[in-house]
Amino acid sequence: MKAFEYERPVGVTEAVALARRAGSRFLGGGTNLVDLMKLGVETPDLLVDLTGLDLAEVLEQPDGALRIGATVRNSDLSANDAVRARYPVLSQALVAGASGQLRNMATVGGNMLQRTRCPYFQDVTKACNKRVPGSGCPARAGEHRNLAILGASEACIATSPSDFAVALAALDAGVTALTTEGEVSLTVSDFFRLPGDEPQRDTNLPPGALVTALTVPRLDWATRSAYRKVRDRASYAFALVSVAAAVDLDGDRVRDVRLALGGVAHAPWRATRAEEALRGGPATEEAFSAALRGELEAAEPLPHNGFKVDLAHNVAVRTLTELTGVPA
Amino acid sequence: MNDVVRPVMQDAVAAAPTRVDGRDKVTGRARYAVEHPVEDVVWAWPVTSTVAKGRVTEIDASEANGTEGVIAVLTHANAPRLGETDDAELQLLQSDRVAYRGQVCALVVGETVESARAGADAVRVRYDEAEHDVVLDARHPAMFTPEKVNPGFPTDTSIGDPDTAFAVAAVQLDATYTTPTEHNHAMEPHATTASWGADGTLTLYDSNQGSTGVARVMADLFGLQVRAVHVISEHVGGGFGSKGTPRPNIVLAAMAAQAVGRPVRLALGRQHMFSLVGYRTPTIQRLRLGATTDGVLRSLVHDVWEQTSTLDDFAEQTAVISRMLYAAPARRTTHRLVRLDVPTPSWMRAPGEAPGSFALESAMDELAAACDLDPVELRVRNEPDVDPESGKPFSSRNLVACLREGARRFGWEQRDPTPGVRRDGRWLVGTGVASSTYPARTAPSQARMSIGSDGVVTVELNAVDIGTGSRTALTQIAAEAMDLPTDRVRLRIGDSTLPPAMIAGGSMGLTSWGSAIVKGARQLRELVGRRDGAIPEDGLEVTADTAEEVRAVSGYARHAFGAQFCEVRVDADTGEVRVPRLLGVFAVGRVINARTARSQLVGGMTMGLSMALHEEGVVDVQHGDNVNHDLAGYHIAAHADVADVDAMWLEEHDEHLNLVGAKGIGEIGIVGTAAAVANAVHHATGVRVRDLPIRVDRLLGRG
Repeated sequence: MKAFEYERPVGVTEAVALARRAGSRFLGGGTNLVDLMKLGVETPDLLVDLTGLDLAEVLEQPDGALRIGATVRNSDLSANDAVRARYPVLSQALVAGASGQLRNMATVGGNMLQRTRCPYFQDVTKACNKRVPGSGCPARAGEHRNLAILGASEACIATSPSDFAVALAALDAGVTALTTEGEVSLTVSDFFRLPGDEPQRDTNLPPGALVTALTVPRLDWATRSAYRKVRDRASYAFALVSVAAAVDLDGDRVRDVRLALGGVAHAPWRATRAEEALRGGPATEEAFSAALRGELEAAEPLPHNGFKVDLAHNVAVRTLTELTGVPA
Repeated sequence: MNDVVRPVMQDAVAAAPTRVDGRDKVTGRARYAVEHPVEDVVWAWPVTSTVAKGRVTEIDASEANGTEGVIAVLTHANAPRLGETDDAELQLLQSDRVAYRGQVCALVVGETVESARAGADAVRVRYDEAEHDVVLDARHPAMFTPEKVNPGFPTDTSIGDPDTAFAVAAVQLDATYTTPTEHNHAMEPHATTASWGADGTLTLYDSNQGSTGVARVMADLFGLQVRAVHVISEHVGGGFGSKGTPRPNIVLAAMAAQAVGRPVRLALGRQHMFSLVGYRTPTIQRLRLGATTDGVLRSLVHDVWEQTSTLDDFAEQTAVISRMLYAAPARRTTHRLVRLDVPTPSWMRAPGEAPGSFALESAMDELAAACDLDPVELRVRNEPDVDPESGKPFSSRNLVACLREGARRFGWEQRDPTPGVRRDGRWLVGTGVASSTYPARTAPSQARMSIGSDGVVTVELNAVDIGTGSRTALTQIAAEAMDLPTDRVRLRIGDSTLPPAMIAGGSMGLTSWGSAIVKGARQLRELVGRRDGAIPEDGLEVTADTAEEVRAVSGYARHAFGAQFCEVRVDADTGEVRVPRLLGVFAVGRVINARTARSQLVGGMTMGLSMALHEEGVVDVQHGDNVNHDLAGYHIAAHADVADVDAMWLEEHDEHLNLVGAKGIGEIGIVGTAAAVANAVHHATGVRVRDLPIRVDRLLGRG
């Protein structure tokens, strides 16, 4: 690991100013960044430790939204009463991620900015367009069993590793960030991006921007929501496929629905096409299945990850049927 | 003959002595290889190759040498020359040749582990790269017949005419199974502290499974007399076979210490362990079983294809289990090997039996279905009277008793054999069974035993406790043999200057060491008896050697047996597998300490569960290594995967084993587990998974 400087600012303005220095990285819980430093993937000159900032509160806003400070720990947010009561999908997504020890350390801001676990990205002895733009992508012809089936590019088939972000995408959450120019706000859907020909960019966050808060809008029917994650072991593994879903029922019909898929793309995959197909329609297994098949028409699986198409369909249909009480 | 009394259970576990070193371990007083205080010590970190085949053309160490704290950079150009040994993997930094990706090509010594590591990152290595070949394929043109299979079994065996017997058999099963590369990951990585004395002696604190052999190899490598090498292995944090021989860490640490004139510590990183400490070869196994309609085997053929490196031939004895587990008048086993541009495979818990049992015991389950027979009953019908290949009687063989007792305890008798018909909500539920077996062997060992005028007995032998509880069990054996309470026994182990003894491997550590202690105790008691119990001021001492007893030809085939029963639940929508229940019933001769024995058996079964569902080194065909080379990517069973795993044993008295009457229990627990899980998955879903691990994508959309 390369030697680096370390600063622990007490105010956000100072933090953002420090971030202007070359080679700086913000440090939250360090549960991903420090690993990447050990692997040589990240070689920062300066770490700006954010855990001394006053950003660790969860506040209910006058409009009913929930404002989550960027340095709130994952475990604290998952245990938050308001989150558990109003957004079960969010609490479940947090608990589905990592291990208890890691969740105690990891911040929610850091969770949003964690890097892909594509094995080539994490191995500096191999090419990776995300790590070294233009160096190539060995994953396409190599090991890609757990890489993207949707929205990938020739340059990159990495997946976003966050469970939390999938739930936030389904909830239309927003990201607030601070730069030296002032505050910027993005929806989670605009925050994450598909790789295109710039896979080195995970997000649309301006350079040097400090994520200060996440905002989850009021959504009363999110009480009927769930997160379901399928992985290679019962815990402590990244998703093969995950689903964040919320349903608003009107009798046996779907008044409104939110659906996002994880583990399938470079960003949380908001299943807007499936949502549209379902809205106003019957809450039946057939309807759920048809909507997912429609959504997954866009899938472009590779030789070893085709199973994710059926898996995504099955998990999403299952989650929707369980949420709506449709008999199996 | 065999005297099966009753399963020994919780009472025995509760009554067993707790670990004599337990307090030292949980308080941190127990010191491991790089924890012993040594003055003026520095650290080393290996640089490993990033190509799988070729030659190193240039090593640019200028930046590394300029890194703060870096003391030296060793390469093949400047490293000390080593003597010859049998293990080509230990010829470190001796040539420019690269035989696999992840091979050591330089070593950086620094004042701290951080500076050594930073220096290693700064070393630039250039290669003349050749095209590599890393994929095991049964049709590989370079497949050959190895001279022997580990540790010295014949490569192929054949009795009768199995091809004709198969061709005319009423029921035929012909299926191919595969197991992937699997890796040993003991909690303590391979680690050494090396220091040279002014008199040219070499002192090594090293993490290994037996330092008698380590000292000998190190003496050969460094041109020393064995007595000039002192290896201390007081506490060792696991090994699973990967520490049964010296590994690059000890050689590199000694070289570095020689080069810089200061003591050196080297603990391999977790990633290094994927290429530098051995691993289980991937296997391709074809089973052909021919049987009568009532399930009696007429032909059993087990053909195996596996890999080794270009440095050394290591042939895992994968089909050896098929030579003794079931009766069949015509039978054949074969092993073929191919040398690839990969690290040399080696011992990993139950080499041979672990992957071999997956194929054989899956095939037996398939045969049971084909014969419309209960899989327990099928096994009972193929129970041999004598060892099928040698014709020798078994010293004891309680496989059927284990199957019957396990079936009774597991609730097997109500089982409906129809696959894919039991549902609990979205879960498909099934159960499976498999046999376990492992050779019961003993190796020559010596023990020095003395009694002082205070009546305290000191036992000295170079045994080692790699976390299994040997220190505790040997203390018990000595106390019992001397008819003294355990607090009157002092045990010294883990030091190469002690009388030479077997390694902690092959499930024969305790039986070998215990036999030497029992023999020594008999000699010592006789000596005391001859003096009418009068012990002189300076005590009495004997040294026992079991070489003669061990080498005497036995008229018996000696093996431990067991049966494992498994319940699985498979998510019908996702293919996720959960294992709520795993029960093992074993017959392993005498159990010395029920507490640590149960821990060994449950540990082996847990590792078998991990083998069934998770473990897989994924070959990176383009780069020549594993894609996954850390414990985030190489999955082992996590806590949430391990539910109710229970092990018990039948009381078994076997007079034909060794002076302890025990069979060894380190490995049998992992044998058969993967097949029991796969068989249960088939029962649950109707899908036969013949390729490990049993992943979601191997179940989804099938059946």
